[in-house]
Amino acid sequence: MWWTPRAWPEGLRASMPLALPIAAVGMSFGLLAGPLLGAIPSILMSAVVWSGTAQFAALSILTSGGGTALAAGAGLLANTRFLPMGFALAPSMKGRPLRRLLTGALLADASFVIGHRGGGRFDISAVAWAAPVQYVTWVGGTVVGVAGATAIGDPSRWGLDVLFPVFYLSLLLPDLFPEHIQAGGRRARRQADRASSGRGPASSRNLRPIIVAVLAAAITLALTPIAPPGVPVLVAAAAALIGLRPPRQSMTQAGVGDDA
Amino acid sequence: MKTWLLIAVLAVGTVLMKTIGPVLAGGRQPPAPLTRIIALVAPAVISALIVTGTFTKGQQLIIDARAAGVGVAAVALWFRVPAVLAMLIAAIVCALLRLAA
Repeated sequence: MWWTPRAWPEGLRASMPLALPIAAVGMSFGLLAGPLLGAIPSILMSAVVWSGTAQFAALSILTSGGGTALAAGAGLLANTRFLPMGFALAPSMKGRPLRRLLTGALLADASFVIGHRGGGRFDISAVAWAAPVQYVTWVGGTVVGVAGATAIGDPSRWGLDVLFPVFYLSLLLPDLFPEHIQAGGRRARRQADRASSGRGPASSRNLRPIIVAVLAAAITLALTPIAPPGVPVLVAAAAALIGLRPPRQSMTQAGVGDDA
Repeated sequence: MKTWLLIAVLAVGTVLMKTIGPVLAGGRQPPAPLTRIIALVAPAVISALIVTGTFTKGQQLIIDARAAGVGVAAVALWFRVPAVLAMLIAAIVCALLRLAA
């Protein structure tokens, strides 16, 4: 039945838990941006920029008395993290350049996380289907915030912002520990299968995602106080460069495969 | 006028950064070293997003109610509690700590 979540596209279903926190952050933005930019520009900004990090970065520059150029620079810098994400998605994409352009434009942080299937592969349809809920709640939240959320107060007080890191964590853990977190759904099981297709988990265990995740976390912590918002995430993506070195595991795995 | 310009620049720039990769490198399998790097971009970016959402406020590093909420949720996730339930637990822990403060 179409009304049962099971029949919905995977990306749409997976993005549902984010509806509330995104609407809350959108309200925060509307609340802060409304008096400064005006109602219509604030809503339009959420509708065409559709990026909380960039919008808050630009807004914080304007609030602290910075000029338009500086605000634009801060916003764009915050979104440079989409460059490595776009290149990571690219090999999984099919179709003509125009189609890839339109799909790429639908990308958001959570969509990237939702569509990730491990080993550098992405479910592009899940990435695309993760967009509608995020877009509607972001713009809708902004409208509510602009229209005067004064009755409700600043939604950042509710603590819904904590939902983002938990959501991301729930999607990262199965990648880092595929053999442990197997109850986490289809994706985790598929990865567990792949991990155990060698000669037991110990021999084929791929430690690299864990090393990269720890390295990226350290980079983010180190850069946050000195770099503008969004930039630490971009630099942290460079932790993936340890992939330049060919892994020893892949050779042993190939050997096991030949035996079988 | 300046506001409209700011919105236009941010909108166009953001779409550019999201689409350069898909348009230039889409649909082709890159050479092996690049494939290995791409495989590791997701864990790196997701980890960075988690740290940003847990320990930062603007350019400040903070340990507050969010860290406690994420910590409890991490333990729950490790013991295979479903994601939505873990999110609920984190929100409750976070709200209680903020109420107490």
